[in-house]
Amino acid sequence: MLELEGIRVVEGEFTLSADLALRPGERVAVIGPSGAGKSTLLDVIAGFHAPKAGRVSWEGLDLTSVAPGRRPVSMLFQDNNLFPHLSVERNLGLALRPGGGRPSGADRARIAEALDRVGLDGMGERRPGALSGGQQSRAALARVLVQDRPVMLLDEPFAALGPALKAGMLDLVAEVAEALGALVVLVTHDPEDARRFANRVVLVAEGVAAAPVETRALFADPPEALRTYLG
Amino acid sequence: MARRLVAIIAGLLVAGLTLGPVAAVIWRGAAWSALAPGDWLAIRFTLVQAVLSAALSVLCAVPVARALARRRFVGRGLLVALLGAPFILPVIVAVLGLLAVFGQSGLLNSALRATGLPEVTIYGLHGVVIAHVFFNLPLAVRMILQGWLAIPAERFRLAASLGLPGGQVFRVLELPMLRRIAPGAFAVIFVICLSSFAIALTLGGGPRATTVELAIYQAMRFDFGLARASMLAVIQLALALTAGVFALRVSSGTGFGVGRDRVVMRWDGGGLARGVDVVWIVLVAAFLLMPLVMVVLRGLPGLTSLGPSVWQAAGHSVLVALGSTLLCLLWALPLATRRGELLGLAGIAVSPLVLGTGLFLILRPFVNPLDHALVVTGAVNALVSLPFALRILRPEAEAVRSDYARLGAALGLSGWAWLRWVLVPRLRRPLGFAGGLTAALSMGDLGVIALFADPDHATLPLKVYGLMGAYRMESAAGAALLLLALSLGLFWLFDRGGRVDAGA
Repeated sequence: MLELEGIRVVEGEFTLSADLALRPGERVAVIGPSGAGKSTLLDVIAGFHAPKAGRVSWEGLDLTSVAPGRRPVSMLFQDNNLFPHLSVERNLGLALRPGGGRPSGADRARIAEALDRVGLDGMGERRPGALSGGQQSRAALARVLVQDRPVMLLDEPFAALGPALKAGMLDLVAEVAEALGALVVLVTHDPEDARRFANRVVLVAEGVAAAPVETRALFADPPEALRTYLG
Repeated sequence: MARRLVAIIAGLLVAGLTLGPVAAVIWRGAAWSALAPGDWLAIRFTLVQAVLSAALSVLCAVPVARALARRRFVGRGLLVALLGAPFILPVIVAVLGLLAVFGQSGLLNSALRATGLPEVTIYGLHGVVIAHVFFNLPLAVRMILQGWLAIPAERFRLAASLGLPGGQVFRVLELPMLRRIAPGAFAVIFVICLSSFAIALTLGGGPRATTVELAIYQAMRFDFGLARASMLAVIQLALALTAGVFALRVSSGTGFGVGRDRVVMRWDGGGLARGVDVVWIVLVAAFLLMPLVMVVLRGLPGLTSLGPSVWQAAGHSVLVALGSTLLCLLWALPLATRRGELLGLAGIAVSPLVLGTGLFLILRPFVNPLDHALVVTGAVNALVSLPFALRILRPEAEAVRSDYARLGAALGLSGWAWLRWVLVPRLRRPLGFAGGLTAALSMGDLGVIALFADPDHATLPLKVYGLMGAYRMESAAGAALLLLALSLGLFWLFDRGGRVDAGA
């Protein structure tokens, strides 16, 4: 279980509190109005934002003061998911060996397999700039795949893609997560993404990240805050 | 954590290397009685020449910048680029070039003799001022040109549609800009000229044309009066700090940028104004180019007969330049933050001669400072170049951090991997440029080395100075040309290295 207990974030006027638990291997969408704190919630889980109070834990292990790179978490950001001056292969190599060493033969095989899985076989030599937007997203996903962490955090990483491409990428994420058995937390402003992708939904609104609710049940009988957001 | 530790170590080294010598000279020198009567003259001369040099540079820069802002002509881009060149030009090379134009047997005096007019002399106050204007006029032009280009084109269009005459356009649009920029330019150049050593050493001298920095050198070198040198260093420090604080207040802080370069469309300034612009552009181009052309022309014959001691000095210089470039960049990488840049400014506030005197005092109880002239020179050069390197690196380093620090942290990159695979590759271009500037500055430096060196440890600029002093002008010209080629060559190599295959 990924547990957030008594989390409180305060930054000037902005506050966010969270008390919730997510199950290993499930797919969760985080939705809510912009500025409500969806990304902040992800940052707290990933370790980029130290909460004022509360505790983050994974399978009973306290993560609250663990550095981002040492958490059982991989993350896709809105942008800058790959270093543009390094080849895709080198990017994935750094994910495997954050100390900067050369990847071993086994590492290289793993990288090739990950690229193959996301449909980029043979493109490892290219730099991100030589790939299309969709291919860059796939390369970033391959990076998450080789990192092989039990929690995947996605902060609207496909917002720049067209609807069809985005739907395809979400399916691919589901496939990858299935293969890793990973818990996926997807931040999105599009309720359609949540319907398509998630078993459960965390609604972030009015300073509170609510406990997750079954997606179907939530949209069948939306609470007041969600109704306001959906309009 | 390791990254932070490295930054702290680098910061402490920089602070120690500036504050240590300062403390040493204050400790040793806090006694007015150590001063000789001539030292008051030196203080006065320092102030007078700095005021004159700064005023002349700024006054001449205004019409030149105005001409460059509103005229299009073949070679304009080249001329604007040339305005950046004095920054990496060794002082001693420029001095030889100026001597070839304004000196006893120079072009100007030959022409004056031919027409029967009285000759001019370049030694003394006006030589020092001419050389300072040579180095700082381009800087002033660049600063003021930026001010001109920052006036929105729409304002000129509005002025044209209102039918304002040229004088009114100047009063309404250009004068307010000049009031904003010119005091800053004056202050910056005043500070630079205040710490003038190499120019005063070569063109000044004597009781009537000695700067405080030169007096420090003379006290150390000839009288071996450490107390007097230290007291002078304290005075120099006080002068430079006062002027520096003043300059920071009045300057808008855009001193060294290159900025966008475009020609503003203008609807005024035909006829007479066009003629005036042409005259100014021709004058400034000749003033900047003639000395360089003369260095090449006079240097070529001597180039084939350079003695082994010149080549040895050239070798020393290249080693010192490479060493201080390495040191400077090693400092600059961890210090490329706001705090680091403030710390780096210490290197500018404290003049090389003051640093040199202080280091001499610190080293003397343990070793013979003269045996370590090259090491000390390299370290001081790195320190003095650090503010420029930080100015270039910091914005880019901050961009890398803001774009990729999260990705690096998410991957858990080690400090080494971040440096090796992210920071250095992303900073290649500015690193190359900063390295080139440092190498060229260090290559041409004639400051601390003069204080410390004996003939066995001479660098090329010092060797050129020695040859001039021995009236071996042909050898001096040849060695100066070699120095020019090496300085520009090093700059080009580094800058090019940063650009080749820089990729995405």
